[in-house]
Amino acid sequence: MTMNCILSGVGGQGTILASKLLSQAAMNKGLSVRTAETIGMAQRGGCVVSHVRFGEEIHSPMVPGHSADIIIGFEPAEAVRCLPYLKKDGVVVVSKKAVIPVTASLGKGSYEPSDMFDYLKKNVKTLVIVDGEKICAQCGSSKVLNVALLGAACASGALGLTLEEIKTAISERVAPQFVEMNNKALAAGAAAAEKQ
Amino acid sequence: MGNEAIAWGAIQAGVNLVCGYPGTPSTEILETAAKNNDGSIYVEWSINEKAALEVAAGASYAGARTLVTMKQVGLNIASDPLMSLAYVGVKGGMVVVSADDPGPISSQTEQDTRHFAQFAKLPVFDPSSPEEAYAMMADAFALSEKYGTPVLLRPTTRICHGCASMEIAGEKTPHITEGFIKDPKWTIFPKLSYKRHLEIEERNPALGRELSAYRYNTVSGGGSKGIATGGISYQYTRESLGGIDVKLLKIATPHPFPEKLALEFLEGLTEVMVIEELDPVIERELIYICGKYHLPVQIKGKLTGDVQNAGENSVESVRKILHKYVGIPYPADCDAVPGDGYALPVLPVRPPVLCAGCPHRASFYAVKEAMQGQKAVFSGDIGCYTLGNAQPLEMVDTCLCMGAGITIAQGLHHIEPGAKHFAFIGDSTFFASGITGCINAVYNDTDITIIILDNGTTAMTGHQPHPGTGKTMMGSISEKVSIPAILEAIGIRDVPVLNPMHLEEASEAVKKASQHKGVSAIIFKYPCIAVARPLPAYTINTDECTGCKICIKKLGCPAISTIDKKAFIEPSLCCGCSICAQVCPQQAIIGGKRS
Repeated sequence: MTMNCILSGVGGQGTILASKLLSQAAMNKGLSVRTAETIGMAQRGGCVVSHVRFGEEIHSPMVPGHSADIIIGFEPAEAVRCLPYLKKDGVVVVSKKAVIPVTASLGKGSYEPSDMFDYLKKNVKTLVIVDGEKICAQCGSSKVLNVALLGAACASGALGLTLEEIKTAISERVAPQFVEMNNKALAAGAAAAEKQ
Repeated sequence: MGNEAIAWGAIQAGVNLVCGYPGTPSTEILETAAKNNDGSIYVEWSINEKAALEVAAGASYAGARTLVTMKQVGLNIASDPLMSLAYVGVKGGMVVVSADDPGPISSQTEQDTRHFAQFAKLPVFDPSSPEEAYAMMADAFALSEKYGTPVLLRPTTRICHGCASMEIAGEKTPHITEGFIKDPKWTIFPKLSYKRHLEIEERNPALGRELSAYRYNTVSGGGSKGIATGGISYQYTRESLGGIDVKLLKIATPHPFPEKLALEFLEGLTEVMVIEELDPVIERELIYICGKYHLPVQIKGKLTGDVQNAGENSVESVRKILHKYVGIPYPADCDAVPGDGYALPVLPVRPPVLCAGCPHRASFYAVKEAMQGQKAVFSGDIGCYTLGNAQPLEMVDTCLCMGAGITIAQGLHHIEPGAKHFAFIGDSTFFASGITGCINAVYNDTDITIIILDNGTTAMTGHQPHPGTGKTMMGSISEKVSIPAILEAIGIRDVPVLNPMHLEEASEAVKKASQHKGVSAIIFKYPCIAVARPLPAYTINTDECTGCKICIKKLGCPAISTIDKKAFIEPSLCCGCSICAQVCPQQAIIGGKRS
């Protein structure tokens, strides 16, 4: 049994750390893990997709199309962009706040976040929308969106990992002075998902 | 991460010296070696790949095990020493890692290092996973020492930046260096080259036979239809096949080709599909073997149009090929967009852009303003500042390879002297390959303006130090190499060093430099936002903002968008660089603190 996760967002949103936390939590359970991510030029404001796979025997580090158990969208349009990875009945956890690219601000191509949510609602059976901005404000840092989304993903049940397991991974992977703040975001993300 | 695995493989094999030049996707190899250095390894970022390979060659002559790291286009720079070193050989094991980038994801070319191995007549290892890359390092060092030759290892992006859970077991094996022993063999001469050439041509077929038994070159499965593959494509193939039994050849050493193993594989087959990325290297080898031994096997792949010629493979692309070839299941809905029946909304385009607060934005803007209304050509170079090509700045008219901006501007000037010719180059790139271009410009009496974008780091690849920072990978601080002093010594005088965030002053300096007859230069110095502490953010005074969007249209800063037809600055992105406040005609951008 392989668990396939896609984390999609925009460079600088912390998708890579989130994928590292997932991997660490899965490794702690003795599972085999493979991941792949975008690093380099594409990071600068471009789309960033992290693939995380864990289970027993895994070959490709990339999640094949139509086989993701869960997509964690750090931004609505990036969740939509990655939908071809989602398996039938897969779960989408997505942050409410859109990141408007410079191209849209320049008037080259429009971006209506509400279109993205309409589309997600029509196409995804289990959709969890997280008000990441609110959680970040509560925790006092815009950097904890990634962990808040992990909390929601955990609570959705589609991740196959518990909140405690992610918490342990946080304590192992995050600098000590930021652990408490991240744990708070994790719990707030989970609470937000449970309400839905 | 695969890059970490490669570094650990080298550390465990007792590597004595590691050097390289940063380049995606190879950079983390050297960084991992430096981070986990117990003090027994000498690690350096060299000024370029040629220097790195030569430093390593010297160390290997003295018996050290050496690792040299670079991206595939770096091997072009290092090819001069590599081609000769292939003849001269080494004493201590030398592994040259050249990371290929199918896609390409962050490179100028989709060149294939396996060809370089054939061209230089060197052995090359091609790992199919991070685990294999780790294990291959010890094998590569052993092979290098056994045959006294440099050995290549060419991972691809999905190996380098793919992560896998693995354990680094056991103690490292220390490698004792003997020191340099004088011998005529270290000095290449035509007579020696001839002799060595003969020996290499004799060695390689023997090496191919030896590699036929190498543990990572394998044949599995059965049937009359075969698949030949290697690298990450092997994993995509296994994933696509599921449990379906097909005769499968996996090539871990594309050169010298394991011919004996390939013959065993081809025995009894009627057809072979070759699945590989970049060039049809395995495919051509199999065609050659079929011709040589008159085998009635049809070899399919890129050359027959069955496999795409460019870009990277994926589980899906391989699945599609194998569906046609051996009938593996490929459900019809695999191509379908989810939610058929609902129109997919228009997705925003997200080209990579200069970060909010990036000093390059200010530099480009200052030059653009200064040259308004004049015919000017802007030659760019390799680094974050290549992104200055994007709208609305559009300040990169050419980009070829590292260091080429300065020399291309000269060529443009000779043919079109009436236009102003600018060359932009970053600080790290200047040290890597910009200096010779500057000398060429002065010596040949051209008329160009060189803009050096000094952000105090090698930003694009993740902030590596360089000679201008004085920091080394051994943790020491050396003499900072001064760019103004170099320019002065070359004969480019009165070079201003300015803060580009002071737009007016910067623009005035550009006007003055462009009017200078001969080679002029300006150094725009301001630290990369990823390494400097951000200044207080700016905000929009919505009472004053008229919604003219001049800030957006002139600068294209990713922190600025519009909300309710007024500009909005995203506080988490703004670094307080102040240039939007300087261009706003309404003085509606407030706060921050001018640096």
